Amino acid sequence: MNNEANLHLAAEAHQSENKLFGFWIYLMSDLIIFAVLFATFATMATSFAGGPGPKQLFNLPYLFVETMFLLISSWTYGLSMISLQNQKKNAVLSLLAVTFLLGLGFVVMEVTEFHQLILDGNGPDRSSFLSAFFTLVGTHGLHVSFGLLWMVVLMVQVAKKGLTAGVRSRLMRLSLFWHFLDVIWVGVFTFVYLLGMV
Amino acid sequence: MNHDTHTSGHPLSFAKYLLGFGLAILLTLVSFGLVAFGVAPKNFAVIGLIVAAVVQMLVHLHYFLHLDRSKEMRWNFIAIVFTAIILFIFVAGTVWVMVTLHSRMM
Repeated sequence: MNNEANLHLAAEAHQSENKLFGFWIYLMSDLIIFAVLFATFATMATSFAGGPGPKQLFNLPYLFVETMFLLISSWTYGLSMISLQNQKKNAVLSLLAVTFLLGLGFVVMEVTEFHQLILDGNGPDRSSFLSAFFTLVGTHGLHVSFGLLWMVVLMVQVAKKGLTAGVRSRLMRLSLFWHFLDVIWVGVFTFVYLLGMV
Repeated sequence: MNHDTHTSGHPLSFAKYLLGFGLAILLTLVSFGLVAFGVAPKNFAVIGLIVAAVVQMLVHLHYFLHLDRSKEMRWNFIAIVFTAIILFIFVAGTVWVMVTLHSRMM
């Protein structure tokens, strides 16, 4: 009787791994999108059209706090995956909630920054540099926002269904997505912000 | 019931996450420090920033995305190496073409 149950479990695990790999392939294609946006930004990085450059526009401490929000959220998501492994439902939920709040803090800071730039007349229509900036950073921010939406859906599922095989499998794919976005952010804060401010 | 099946053969460890997190924080501080204090000459700072970013991306990939050369991760590894080559061609190729064009227009 155990044999059949084990076979079933093995088949489920196999399917989950296939889905995980499929999602990885999606992430690779997403990486190509970001590669194109980074390449575009690189060619426009000094086309200010007489407008302001990174040194006038960006605030280093603000960027640092934003970066820390995303970095710490990546870590708390990892901790939630450890709790998932240990079958601790409440710990998974509370760590997801912390991750969500940190991610939300990041998005709010970014939207505030964009809003202020546009108010000051430095919107995407100001120069090539700013067009490329808004497209690249905005695409990343949009990804994070959808990640947050996904996280809310999964928190509801964990609360309602518990840590079922399907829910675990989805949590692991969001894990890949969330960590992946942090890798992209390392590229953004270095190549878009810091290199322009050095 | 085997709870480890979902981690593709990698039991997650707190120590590993903590180490990755520590390294990531350290590298972020190095990057921001290079700009904030401006002690290094500009060329040196630019190289430092690029190196710190590449190392931090590798740290994230290894400690957070659990990418390594193991058998389970083999195809993930091949896929990302392939993507990295495409990425390099896109970015370096674009910059090369546009810089050459720019200098010819001068």
